[in-house]
Amino acid sequence: MAAHATVIEAPKGFVRKYIFSTDHKVIGIQYLFLAMFSVLVGMTLSVFMRLRLAWPAEKWPALQQLFPEGFAGGPMTPEFYLSMMTMHGTIMVFFVLTTAPLSAFGNYFLPIQIGARDMAFPVLNMLSFWVTLAALLVMMAALFATGGAPIAGWTAYAPLSAIGEVAGPGLGLGQTLWVISIAIFCVASLLTSLNFLATTINLRARGMSLMRMPLTVWAWFTTAILALLAFPVLLAGGILLLLDRVGGTSFFIPGGLVVSDQLIPHQGGSPLLWQHLFWFFGHPEVYIAILPGMGITSHILSTFARKPVFAYKAMVGAIFAIGFISYVVWGHHMFMSGMSPFSSMAFSITTLAVGVPSAIKTFNWLATLWGGKIRFTTPMLFALGFVSLFVTGGITGLLLAQPAIDIFLHDTYFVVAHFHLIMGVAAIFGIFAGIYYWFPKMFGRMMREGPGKVHFWLTLVGVYAIFMPMHFLGIAGAPRRYAELTEFQYLKPLESLQLFITVAAFLTIAGQFIFLFNFFVSLFRGKRAGVNPWESTSLEWIIPSPPPHDNFGETEPVVHHGPYEYSPPGEPKDYIMQTEPARQTA
Amino acid sequence: MATTVAPRSGKREDGANGSRNGGDRRGGNGGSGGLPQRPQTHRLGMLLALAGIAMLFIALTSAYVVRQGLGGDWTPMAMPRILLWNTAILLASSFTVEKARRALLARTEGEALRWLLLTLALGVAFLGGQLAAWRTLSARGLFLDTSPHSSFFYVLSGVHGVHVAGGLLALAFPIWSVWSAAPGVASFAGSAGLPAQVRRARWVEAAALYWHFMDGLWIYLLVLLFARS
Ligand code: HEM
Ligand SMILES: [Cu+2]
Repeated sequence: MAAHATVIEAPKGFVRKYIFSTDHKVIGIQYLFLAMFSVLVGMTLSVFMRLRLAWPAEKWPALQQLFPEGFAGGPMTPEFYLSMMTMHGTIMVFFVLTTAPLSAFGNYFLPIQIGARDMAFPVLNMLSFWVTLAALLVMMAALFATGGAPIAGWTAYAPLSAIGEVAGPGLGLGQTLWVISIAIFCVASLLTSLNFLATTINLRARGMSLMRMPLTVWAWFTTAILALLAFPVLLAGGILLLLDRVGGTSFFIPGGLVVSDQLIPHQGGSPLLWQHLFWFFGHPEVYIAILPGMGITSHILSTFARKPVFAYKAMVGAIFAIGFISYVVWGHHMFMSGMSPFSSMAFSITTLAVGVPSAIKTFNWLATLWGGKIRFTTPMLFALGFVSLFVTGGITGLLLAQPAIDIFLHDTYFVVAHFHLIMGVAAIFGIFAGIYYWFPKMFGRMMREGPGKVHFWLTLVGVYAIFMPMHFLGIAGAPRRYAELTEFQYLKPLESLQLFITVAAFLTIAGQFIFLFNFFVSLFRGKRAGVNPWESTSLEWIIPSPPPHDNFGETEPVVHHGPYEYSPPGEPKDYIMQTEPARQTA
Repeated sequence: MATTVAPRSGKREDGANGSRNGGDRRGGNGGSGGLPQRPQTHRLGMLLALAGIAMLFIALTSAYVVRQGLGGDWTPMAMPRILLWNTAILLASSFTVEKARRALLARTEGEALRWLLLTLALGVAFLGGQLAAWRTLSARGLFLDTSPHSSFFYVLSGVHGVHVAGGLLALAFPIWSVWSAAPGVASFAGSAGLPAQVRRARWVEAAALYWHFMDGLWIYLLVLLFARS
């Protein structure tokens, strides 16, 4: 019986170590920086939007210098506004909210938390990252494409997205690049998710039974299932859309369409077909963005409340229920598409049903906190913020899920408020919580708590100040995706609200620089982190910070405990590591 | 802080006797729990990939059905006869790839390489045949944008063809790795310690799974596209 010494040699040389690395930890950090770059771009684009909405007629000579076409004649053109909106949504949804929670944290911590040395397919993992980067580069090209960036929104509704330049600037080359980038992104996400699934199924350490996996792992696992089955559908739609644009086909373009006084030479296609394909992907996608945040929140709440997660099994069940139901609700984005009232009813019921597992999760979080010895660290604050935002954003979902109400609120700022609170900001809070919590493990140094807390309060108050008023705008009937709302007489009384939102947005954005500063200063100057600074129980906290190339070195971890054994009765310490040997019961 | 660790045993990673564990560590004897039997990593990965690919074609099928039901502009076209030949070629290649896979399991690598080469040749012939089918159609005046039926034919056969081309690369890789005496990449967990032969056998096993799937998928597409005409 030949015993191979299978210690994985650490690669030598800068390029193999940090650039073309197959180490899941390096890849995780690469994804994290990709997402941080993307979020900065996305944020900048939102500044343009808010400028236009708060001061519709204002001229910006400096910006005109930079973007002569976007500011032709002085004020920002509506087309430029729409392209900013489209690119903001696209970059945020795909390159931030899909990439950071799943690919960045999942890559870094899923293998460690289950006691594996790396992903099941390390080379494929490296490829996934580079393919994602390629998608990002193509998307950046779309941003700067001649003719302008696309203006069809992140949902790229046909026929607007399908008929090309006649429908507006940016719908030529820009939109084509957009579709190509999204198709590439789909492929990358598929590779990532299959790797996550194979890793979780096959590479768990001895004793790491399913019911001993941290809820973070369960969340990434479920998210990966969603991604594996949802992204191919978007890919299919993308292929057909691309062919409608460049191949002369009519999958999504109806006959007799006249745009800009030109008859579009297509016939027989169905714009609704695109909507179905898109939302069949789109709704699971919103859960792809939020589920990892739920896992991180459960993990952190338990750690800093020094209590086991309340009803662990119900939490696992709820994650799966949410994942499953998310496949049968897509029609709630299409109540206004002329679907039959019976279908509306069906989609309404399935959508409202999501509220049940969501409520289970929320109440379990509260029960986890109940009576705990809570430590208000920065990651804990962000996890609490996540719960708050999840509730605020989720409740409006229940309103929108009822066709009679949605007919009024659809495509208004009310929807914008709903999805920003729950998808945008809650998921971002999950990301922040993850960064503050795992920074010591990833980089071997602590982030500063003081600036962290200031960052938290500024951001929490800021995002509520931005998005709460949007509910009122929506109820008052302000439509979304308009560069300018001054023409609506009935919205005149609410104009100051737009100004308020813009100011709040700028202050919140300014607050993010505290985070960036804290992040980069701590990277080099932070206090050295020990092995387990938070006194957590999961496997990443038994190895050095940062972990060595093969995570567990010469040894293999053996798991004896569930992930959340905090404050066990009759113990000297208030936590039991997952790898601590089970005590012999006499 | 007391933590237990077990010494690494090489036994588990040892594939020299053709065992069926692809770097999969069995849970079970440390703490309690863990699945007693886990699927082999390379097969599991391929099955997951196929699930994704299946979703792609399910989505395209749903688009096909919806678009067909929509309107008066659906003019069905006749099937080019050459597709039957192509199908026969693809079926034959499924047979040869199976031979290669079995030969590798039986540790007769030389024989396996011959079967693999034959599979490659058949695969290339299939793709050539598909191109020929496209040319017959365009000679008949049926292009990508002629009618929804022709559009879907080009899309479905094209997307399938791209996947087949990918499969050809995957099948060519072990041949190249033998000829160039390259050790073959450590492409999945636990494969680093395995001899090159075992790694190649597993690679081909996964590739063969993929290839059979492409075969079945093509027959499904033929039925979808032409069963009623
Ligand atoms: C109980 C839970 C939820 C319910 C009942 C719900 C319901 C809805 C409904 C009915 C709409 C369509 C509104 C319209 O366009 O007229 C909608 C939009 C949206 N929801 Fe939710 N939702 C829930 C949770 C979530 C979560 C967890 C996320 C993301 C993490 C999310 C993200 C979105 C997004 C992004 C949109 C708008 C997409 C767009 O049109 O651009 N929702 N939601
Ligand atoms: Cu939805």
